[in-house]
Amino acid sequence: MASYLIRRILWIIPVLFVVSVITFTLMHLTPGGPWAREKRLSPETEARLNLEYGLDLPWHQQYINWVTDFIKLDLGPSYRYVDRDVNAIVSDGLGTTIHLGLMAFALAVVIGIPLGIFAALGHNRLPDYLSTGLSVIGIATPSFVLAIILVLIFSLGLNWFPATSNRWGDWHAWVLPTIALAGYPVAQVARYTRASMLEVTRKDYVRTAHSKGIRQRAVVVRHMIRNALIPVVTILGPVLAFLVTGSFVVEYFFGVPGIGRFYVQSIGTRDYSLLMAMTMLYAFTVAFLNVVVDVLYAYIDPRIRYS
Amino acid sequence: MATGSLAQTGAPVVARRSSGVWRDAFSRLRRNKLAMVGLVLVAALFIMGAIGPLIAPHKFYVLDVAAITENGFRPLHPFEPLSMRTGHILGTDDQGRDSLSRALDGAQISVSVALVVQFVVLLIGLPIGALAGWLGGRLDNLLMRFTDVMYAFPDLLLIILMSVTFRNTWFGQQFNGLLLVFVAIGLTSWVTVARLVRGQLLSLKEMEFVEAAKAIGVSDRRIVTKHLMPNAIGPIIVAITLGIPGAILAEATLAYLGVGVQPPRASWGSLISEGVKYIRSDPHLVLIPAVLIATALISFTFLGDGLRDALDPKLKGKQ
Repeated sequence: MASYLIRRILWIIPVLFVVSVITFTLMHLTPGGPWAREKRLSPETEARLNLEYGLDLPWHQQYINWVTDFIKLDLGPSYRYVDRDVNAIVSDGLGTTIHLGLMAFALAVVIGIPLGIFAALGHNRLPDYLSTGLSVIGIATPSFVLAIILVLIFSLGLNWFPATSNRWGDWHAWVLPTIALAGYPVAQVARYTRASMLEVTRKDYVRTAHSKGIRQRAVVVRHMIRNALIPVVTILGPVLAFLVTGSFVVEYFFGVPGIGRFYVQSIGTRDYSLLMAMTMLYAFTVAFLNVVVDVLYAYIDPRIRYS
Repeated sequence: MATGSLAQTGAPVVARRSSGVWRDAFSRLRRNKLAMVGLVLVAALFIMGAIGPLIAPHKFYVLDVAAITENGFRPLHPFEPLSMRTGHILGTDDQGRDSLSRALDGAQISVSVALVVQFVVLLIGLPIGALAGWLGGRLDNLLMRFTDVMYAFPDLLLIILMSVTFRNTWFGQQFNGLLLVFVAIGLTSWVTVARLVRGQLLSLKEMEFVEAAKAIGVSDRRIVTKHLMPNAIGPIIVAITLGIPGAILAEATLAYLGVGVQPPRASWGSLISEGVKYIRSDPHLVLIPAVLIATALISFTFLGDGLRDALDPKLKGKQ
């Protein structure tokens, strides 16, 4: 197990390497540079800036410089925000993005799993239709549409929560972004849990438990749910990864001060080092969470052994 | 099984048996109400996309200045007297462009995304998956390692990056940037299909009928195309269908963020981002495309789920 774990974690390094090469190449193929503004800089100024930041070097040299800095956890200067380097931007916003992602994740688990169980237990009856209906809506509504609907009802209509906020210390501001972000994962988790519960319902050990005369409640809690949740754990990793890396649409819409909004922006402004940092952060999150899920899987399902 | 002796009696019986799998699947699909609803909606969407722009009351990019001036430079609302009189049944946007015609153009974009992206996915995923599964070894290893990289790369981010990078090239300008959107989404989604095909071939190639075919000297190529692929096709159809909502959503998100299809083309995503400003006074600008996106996503999901249940006999008892 330990050697398996080490191998998996070490494998993240080449993955990140390839991701960085792809991003770096695409980025430098993009026409324009970080200095293209509304007010054009003189060629001399641009040349001086390029010299200052090492952007005049050949690409491979720039890449090597970037890697060297990256290993030292120096993410480089931002070409857009002159007063802050990328490390500062990331550390300012990362906590907010993770906070938002974790809250949406909690919502996906706390609502999605019971919804799925509820649907499976009332299979082909009202609870099933209700819960399936809800998850269909969740799957069919893109986050930016859900965000609009939420704002329409809860800010413009009922005036309960603000549509955009400057005061993120106040919990009211977080409600709508969290729900908008969690809509899809809630539905996904509910669907998966329902399918998994239905699968378990037909197992021999469930029939045995019933025929032994165990109360329905105990069969459900002790035999069905515990087994049905094993496959659900496998999608929780991708779900969490999606929530942390996929929040940029929601952040963009509600003006949440996380790092997500910088992604699209950094591509637009050719803020090379910010873009590289964001991509690496996202790729690392996804790769790392995949390892976590595999380990967790072996832990909760004793039949699985890695070697 | 009785079918074994039947099969020996002659070729017609064998032929009927092999088509029976599909007929069984289709009858299972027909009994599935949700899947049929999905199928009908998908068909409606395809018809909208194919002939909608031809029968649209207006050109989606034409500004009806007269109507908008008469309305005091505000968007026309659906079913109002002025809208009915000027022929804008579902109203117009702030520049007097017909909402219905723009929604139909969006339908055409979504339908073409549904078709072309999955075509790109098959074009890349099928041969690579088949080669990896059949040959195994080095190539298989390489594919699986590459899959790891692609899984770690957040899809939407890569799509956005590619869209921005190639936007101003010749390639990025084709069909108002639509070709680039197709390819960018396709390039990030083929891995799932390649993995699926590989897995199917890996398990199928150990089967006895493959051994039998090998024993009588059938060529590798023929085994893959005639014996393995037809057996693997069910799960591939399901994966392709269930991949469509993701592609439509990705296109809409790109357009919403302003890096997808370029104006004057009216993607549902760009209609929404244009309409958000007027959400209070003219909600129809957002609601029409939002309802259409939701319907498209739901219908493909229903159909894909139904196909999966119909094509996977193991789940037979569940319906």
